[in-house]
Amino acid sequence: MLYNTTMFANVHNWLRGERAGRHPRPRPARGSGPLVGAREVTVQRGGRTILDRVSMAVHPGEAAMIIGPNGAGKTSLLRVLMGLWQPDGGRVERAPDLRVGYMPQRLQIEPVLPLSVNRFLRMRQRLPRRELLAKLERVGVGHLIDSPIQSLSGGETQRVLLARALLGEPDLLVLDEPAQGVDVVGQGDVFAMLDDIRRETGCGVLIVSHDLHFVMAGAETVICLNQHVCCTGNPEEVSRHPEYRRLFPSVDLRGLAVYTHDHNHVHGLHGEVRPLDGEGTDASCDDPQHGPGCRH
Amino acid sequence: MDIAGWLDDFLVRAVLAGLMVAAVAGPLGAFVVWRRMAYFGDTVSHSALLGVALGFLLGLNLNLMVTLVCIAIAVLLVILQRYQELGSDTLLGILAHSALSLGIVAVAFVEGLRVDLMAYLFGDILAVGRDDLLAIAIGGLIALVLLIALWRPLLALTVHEELARVEGVRALPVRLGMMLLIALVIAAAMQVVGVLLITALMIIPAATSRRFARTPEQMAILAGVLGMLAVGAGIAGSFHWDTPTGPSIVVAALLGFILVQLLPARLLPRFGTR
Repeated sequence: MLYNTTMFANVHNWLRGERAGRHPRPRPARGSGPLVGAREVTVQRGGRTILDRVSMAVHPGEAAMIIGPNGAGKTSLLRVLMGLWQPDGGRVERAPDLRVGYMPQRLQIEPVLPLSVNRFLRMRQRLPRRELLAKLERVGVGHLIDSPIQSLSGGETQRVLLARALLGEPDLLVLDEPAQGVDVVGQGDVFAMLDDIRRETGCGVLIVSHDLHFVMAGAETVICLNQHVCCTGNPEEVSRHPEYRRLFPSVDLRGLAVYTHDHNHVHGLHGEVRPLDGEGTDASCDDPQHGPGCRH
Repeated sequence: MDIAGWLDDFLVRAVLAGLMVAAVAGPLGAFVVWRRMAYFGDTVSHSALLGVALGFLLGLNLNLMVTLVCIAIAVLLVILQRYQELGSDTLLGILAHSALSLGIVAVAFVEGLRVDLMAYLFGDILAVGRDDLLAIAIGGLIALVLLIALWRPLLALTVHEELARVEGVRALPVRLGMMLLIALVIAAAMQVVGVLLITALMIIPAATSRRFARTPEQMAILAGVLGMLAVGAGIAGSFHWDTPTGPSIVVAALLGFILVQLLPARLLPRFGTR
């Protein structure tokens, strides 16, 4: 059959971004170089500076969070880090062969496109149904495998997107506003699940959020962004930082840590608690660092 | 069987040409519908006449020239849409109608050329010759292979472009491939239904098949089948009632669409899930 001729298959794989013969390989370990890093990255769009000499990095196994007000350039920073945009200045470094699992902010699919959850996942990787089902069950939505993707609620869509991100066995999970459009209980579930997944698989996690409620839960590094990096550090340090207090005057991170969870269980879709073998918390924190744009 | 003699019959050639074009236009039409590109396809097909005029002027193969002009207009559109401040629909409207007018004006400038405009605007499938049939077959085959090659990456880009790109899909070559695909199908379909009706041949069968389909592939394949049915019914109707063939094909497709919309959901056969 024509489809199987080598040249055709090669071109096809190239278009789809598939490398020939992907073998399991060791995941970058903690302590090795960063998974992704930005060095003095500047981005301009329409004559406006969106990112101004931003430097940051995510290391293997690290849970990092970018917070900042609307229009702070959070999503732009993600796009640059993932290689979707070229920076106008500075550079982006990625670990060689880095596998990124991306969970976009929204998924809008025309109702005219008939697409089940199963088929949506198979677009990432052609796996047997039971393996896709296992991934869906891991994020608590196994029962949705044959549902049309447009019929899902916000929280269910988030979980399906997370399952798709996990299919590539990523070294780094990148999540853009994972709490958006999900009710408070659902938000807690999503964040709990992310933390558990990070502990199970050892992947790095980079979350963008303007929602400060969840900064404290599991995040090791918080990067406070407002075009430039205002401050970096562990959540405690960032919340005490004057620049942070200027950006979010009424919010005290410590007081708003409404969601903390034990790592000995996972949450089902409806908030029920299911047991899980977990490890203890790894509390490695850096000193707060000032971004290059801060003058204080 | 005497195929060569069989092809002497203009009706046989017409049916074959129509079936080949519909078989590719249907699945491609599914993408046009999913990506909300109906006006885009319309604009590009309106520029096909410009290709005809240029082909006459330069003495080149008409099908080739139409394909080239369609690709050029498609690429121009993509670039303009990115950099222009005008709304997409405004831009498409400007280009569609000016391309069509430019084509008609250019045809008038070609000395000694008396083109049957109606044939180009609404198709002249009964005049399809052996050479045309060969050109349609070659163009259709290239388009079909291209469509199969681009299927998965194009679908991934349609569902969520950034997600697909992060997962490694190469957006630029895939999108250029889609342009080439649209141009090829338009060049092939021009003789069948004419530049004004090509989009109909792409989107009506696709829209009709939506109600039966549970996967993108089912919808695309069924769109091809429904398009072929419309071609058959349209040519038969045109023969029977002596109506213009191109519009008759579109009317047949429309009747199918209306019929399917009127059927209650429980009466519709549905393909299995997955």
